Amino acid sequence: MNPLIDDAKPIFVQIAERIEDDILTGRLPEDSQIPSTNQFAAFYQINPATAAKGVNLLVDEGILYKRRGIGMFVSPGAREQILLKRKNQFYEQYVLAMMREAEKLGIGAEELVQMILKGKDDLRA
Amino acid sequence: MIAKVSRLSKTFGSVSALDQVSFTLEENKIYGLLGRNGAGKTTLMHLLTAQLFPTSGTIEVFGESPYEKRRVLEQICFVKESQTYVRNARISDVMDFASLVFPRWDQRFARELLHAFRLPTERRIKQLSRGMLSAVGIVLGLASRAPLTIFDEPYLGLDAASRTLFYDLLLADYSEHPRTIVLSTHLIDEVNRLLEHIFIIDQGRLILDDDADNVRGMAYSVSGQDQNVSSFVSGRRVLRDERLGSLRTAVVMQPLDAGSMKQAAELGLEIQPVSLQQLFVCLTGTNSTEGGDRP
Repeated sequence: MNPLIDDAKPIFVQIAERIEDDILTGRLPEDSQIPSTNQFAAFYQINPATAAKGVNLLVDEGILYKRRGIGMFVSPGAREQILLKRKNQFYEQYVLAMMREAEKLGIGAEELVQMILKGKDDLRA
Repeated sequence: MIAKVSRLSKTFGSVSALDQVSFTLEENKIYGLLGRNGAGKTTLMHLLTAQLFPTSGTIEVFGESPYEKRRVLEQICFVKESQTYVRNARISDVMDFASLVFPRWDQRFARELLHAFRLPTERRIKQLSRGMLSAVGIVLGLASRAPLTIFDEPYLGLDAASRTLFYDLLLADYSEHPRTIVLSTHLIDEVNRLLEHIFIIDQGRLILDDDADNVRGMAYSVSGQDQNVSSFVSGRRVLRDERLGSLRTAVVMQPLDAGSMKQAAELGLEIQPVSLQQLFVCLTGTNSTEGGDRP
């Protein structure tokens, strides 16, 4: 069983995110062909219909496009699009959650900025 | 459509094994049939394969009643939990016989499978271990390529490596030769990802019939301070409720939406996904609201 897949989200969403990750890191450049649904199914040990659902999610968003009879390809501009989407998600998932926790602990905006800068330094160290 | 059953009931004497079960099986999907021991799974599979007559209700397989219809039955392969074969037959005899029964039998694929499962073709059935017998059933089920293939707990005695091999081979062959597959099993977490559609049957009744992706997001658990959990779950359907001191964890039957996530965050509650196996236990457990007030 592949450890990349867990119960936290629907499997097809996780497949879509894996593909997005590969586009973000450049492993799947624009206009390159992505693996087939059957290859995804075999690799992640999932139902091919589930894999197809994940791929179609990205087709609907315009991140992938279909070449009839050949397969699925990464759309031009896909990386930018994913980056924008992920930034919005980052704000929702991390920034808002952090603000909520900060409020609970009585951490003011200034102190928070200090902490973020410290975190940046610590990561580099 | 592959099969359609309507208001199917089966009683054995005074015992009701199946009670008004209705569902359809569509073409080229992998179904999971889940249920506790004695829930009625095997009865249902015996009815679908014309090995039992219903007490009431109708069964249609490939568009007609399956009873004594060769053209229907030869399209069904049913691998039973404790399938019996002629004890003196060799594995190769069983395969030869299967090649006569199933129109889509692939002898070459069968040979590959026998090799993959390390089954000695000239060994007699009576000399096989429990795990090897199960592997013979799996080879039959896969190589028959039957448009409706039903596996009822096919892996008694099979080790984890062989089960993984089964899942891999099933997926690979299904991808190339799509067909309708019904997997009945207790190993829910192992097969979860293979399934496209899920049936849960409990005490003879079909209590869940849904797309696997919907089922996987059907419930979640919230935990935190007792009062905060109380205010969160009020008005929501709770499947399971557990307390530990002032901490409380509740399993909520509802897809998780942004509003609920926000509400939980504001109440300082932690949200966790619920696996298919956990959901199954919640739905078929003795009592779904066992929390209550404890001394």
